[in-house]
Amino acid sequence: MLGLSLGTLAAVAWRAEGASTLGPADWAAVRFTLTQALLSAALSVTLAVPVARALARRRFPGRGLLITLLGAPFLLPVIVAVLGLLAVFGRSGLISQALAPLGLGPIDIYGLRGVVLAHVFFNLPLATRLILQGWLAIPAERFRLAASLGFTAHDVARRLEWPMLRSVLPGAFLVIFLICMTSFAVALTLGGGPRATTVELAIYQAFRFEFDLGRAALLALIQFALCAGAAALAFAVAVPGGFGAGLDRPLARWDAGGVWLRVLDGMWIALAALFLLVPLAMIVARGLAGVTDLPPSVWQAAGRSLAVALGSAALTLALALPIALAAVRLGGPRGAALQAAGLMAIAASPLVMGTGLFILLFPLADPVALALPLTALVNAAMSLPFALRALTPAMAEAEAGFGRLADSLGLRGAVRLRLVLLPRLRRPIGFTLGLSAALSMGDLGVIALFADPGQATLPLQLYRLMAAYRMEAAAGAALLLLALSLGLFWIFDRGGRVNAQA
Amino acid sequence: MRLPIIAAGILCATTAVAETPVLTVYTYDSFVSDWGPGPKIEAAFEAVCGCDLRLVAAGDGAALLARLRLEGARTEADVVLGLDTNLTAAAAETGLFAPHGIEPPALDLPVAWDDTTFLPYDWGHFAFVYDKTRLPEPPDSFEALIAAEGLKIVIQDPRSSTPGLGLLMWVKAAHGDRAPEIWAGLAPRILTVTKGWSEAYGMFLQGEADMVLSYTTSPAYHLIAEGDDSKAAAGFAEGHYLQVEVAGRVASSDQPELAQDFLRFMLSDAFQSVIPTTNWMYPAVTPEAGLPEGFQTLFRPETSLLLPADRAAAVRDAALAEWRDALSR
Repeated sequence: MLGLSLGTLAAVAWRAEGASTLGPADWAAVRFTLTQALLSAALSVTLAVPVARALARRRFPGRGLLITLLGAPFLLPVIVAVLGLLAVFGRSGLISQALAPLGLGPIDIYGLRGVVLAHVFFNLPLATRLILQGWLAIPAERFRLAASLGFTAHDVARRLEWPMLRSVLPGAFLVIFLICMTSFAVALTLGGGPRATTVELAIYQAFRFEFDLGRAALLALIQFALCAGAAALAFAVAVPGGFGAGLDRPLARWDAGGVWLRVLDGMWIALAALFLLVPLAMIVARGLAGVTDLPPSVWQAAGRSLAVALGSAALTLALALPIALAAVRLGGPRGAALQAAGLMAIAASPLVMGTGLFILLFPLADPVALALPLTALVNAAMSLPFALRALTPAMAEAEAGFGRLADSLGLRGAVRLRLVLLPRLRRPIGFTLGLSAALSMGDLGVIALFADPGQATLPLQLYRLMAAYRMEAAAGAALLLLALSLGLFWIFDRGGRVNAQA
Repeated sequence: MRLPIIAAGILCATTAVAETPVLTVYTYDSFVSDWGPGPKIEAAFEAVCGCDLRLVAAGDGAALLARLRLEGARTEADVVLGLDTNLTAAAAETGLFAPHGIEPPALDLPVAWDDTTFLPYDWGHFAFVYDKTRLPEPPDSFEALIAAEGLKIVIQDPRSSTPGLGLLMWVKAAHGDRAPEIWAGLAPRILTVTKGWSEAYGMFLQGEADMVLSYTTSPAYHLIAEGDDSKAAAGFAEGHYLQVEVAGRVASSDQPELAQDFLRFMLSDAFQSVIPTTNWMYPAVTPEAGLPEGFQTLFRPETSLLLPADRAAAVRDAALAEWRDALSR
């Protein structure tokens, strides 16, 4: 995995002719990148806490569906999500139209606020999901005990929820920070111009505008260093929750029955749903007209994308399980370092990774012929950080709670995995498979760098439709993509939750 | 009796396959898409060349050149199609291209063409496209655009997009040393800058901006494919910057003659007649049947601006710095 992220970078640096230095514009890009990533991650995580808490302690019809739907923005190709967001928050969007009769507006979101708004739109669902996992990982017995001790909601927050958040929040913050670090098209479009130049755009410029591979590699290295620094910090802050094991009893909450708390939770859920689902509804509404007469090539591309997504999901799990297991076994700083290494793929510039792969493969094989497997591989690398965030804490809990019992019974290797770990990892495994499949489905990825005409994936076909002025058909393809991504995610995630009341 | 005939047939077929030469053409992504010229051109050329035409896509024009530079002389490409005059100087400098060695037919370009390495296959003018129903009186120059309070345009980033770079050159060619001043004046009109053409055009169609940087030929798509005549290109008094898209043959090609055949075919009716309604550009040689119905209604600039390839390469970095400084304020 390090080979894929650092090795490709090294390949680009190796092909460079001579060293390069960075100018003031590059440092401005570094500053802007850090600012927007910090703000976006902080806001996403802060808002996700009350939403996740509300979802954790309320049961209502359609809750599972809502949680799945909330994940949609994260899975969409950037261009589609941005157009959906603008349909609500743009100059001619729903809000501006509603304000117009009052003599107000149109609202102007372009600038740092637009970048942060978009990043929160993309990442709030992910933060909510990761934090919700933390909540669901608190054994039901702890809440029983809390109830028998007469804990109020405040006591529960202090004794149970805060320690859980201390262990979960740094990781969630880090993942989102890293995603925002490599953002490029979103930051530029909503940032309103070259003020919003990120390091990734500077890499783009160095590579295709100046063909200065040395500078591209240097910038990618800086991006890496910043991400590694953030990772070190996040792992230093995180404190394991230490809730011990439970018997997987159905969860009941006695502490949150008050009317005021119900209203508060309802409000948070409604607000999050409105913020995330209205732009999504706009994408669906736009796509309905085009989805009925999509050309056959779009359906073929959808089939190809499904294959890539399933391959990528299997690959992600095959990579993530051993890494998570090793990280838990090693423990301490070495385990954290291993986890951090797994996270690094997120910090890799997709352009550098694709170019590096190309440089490495070109002398050996035809990269074009390998375009689809390579796309699946790179997608798996990109999903790995999320997989590790979901799997490692659950694995650590399972080992902490049942490891000694398993040791005393002499359970090892495959048997231990099958009897002790896998049953307790069902939920994170389902989540991992679902997320990696859906992410791969919506990712344009390296296929755009070397595709031949017959190999287009659905996102690539969508971009091609747009480039050929066919915006209506592109909107239809976007709807198809949305449905397939969510469907994949739902099936796997559901599969992981069979027999579980959650 | 039948077995030897079948065997002979198989033998013939295999030798035929073995002898079919393959011509590899690197081009940009939208050329090879199902809605681009690629599929029709592949069929038409294969019908006459007795060869297998392999189109390989790599992003856009700039990505195409970067790809070729990465591969160097070991490239499989025989022909590269889809560079423009902003890239030809850098492309020629790589030494990877061979002179085309062809006497081209009379070209219908707004400028004279004497490049011995690259041959043009289509062209178009950059322009700001607007919706007549929403903007009855569009500005008619950069100065007028600067003065049009409240008007918002979307442009593309010159670092990641071909039209974006075209606008940079347009302002430079039209206003020379006054370019920084023009950009400073345009800054409040610019709603945002996008990564590529698709994002910007999508935002414009969604009603987010009043005008979008595109081509004078863009309204033809809406007119011909959608029967919608509400889109038009605003004519600017300074003249419009020209984009000429070119192809060249690669020096290391193992099919030099076939590559030349392709370049000749590129300027023939079979290729040129496909261009207007797939690439939505003007063909370099007007087909015998003329341009498709609807192209006559398009705005044709009287003045074409085009910096020569070497000059475009020389001013590029300074023009980019001016652009960035003016818009970063």
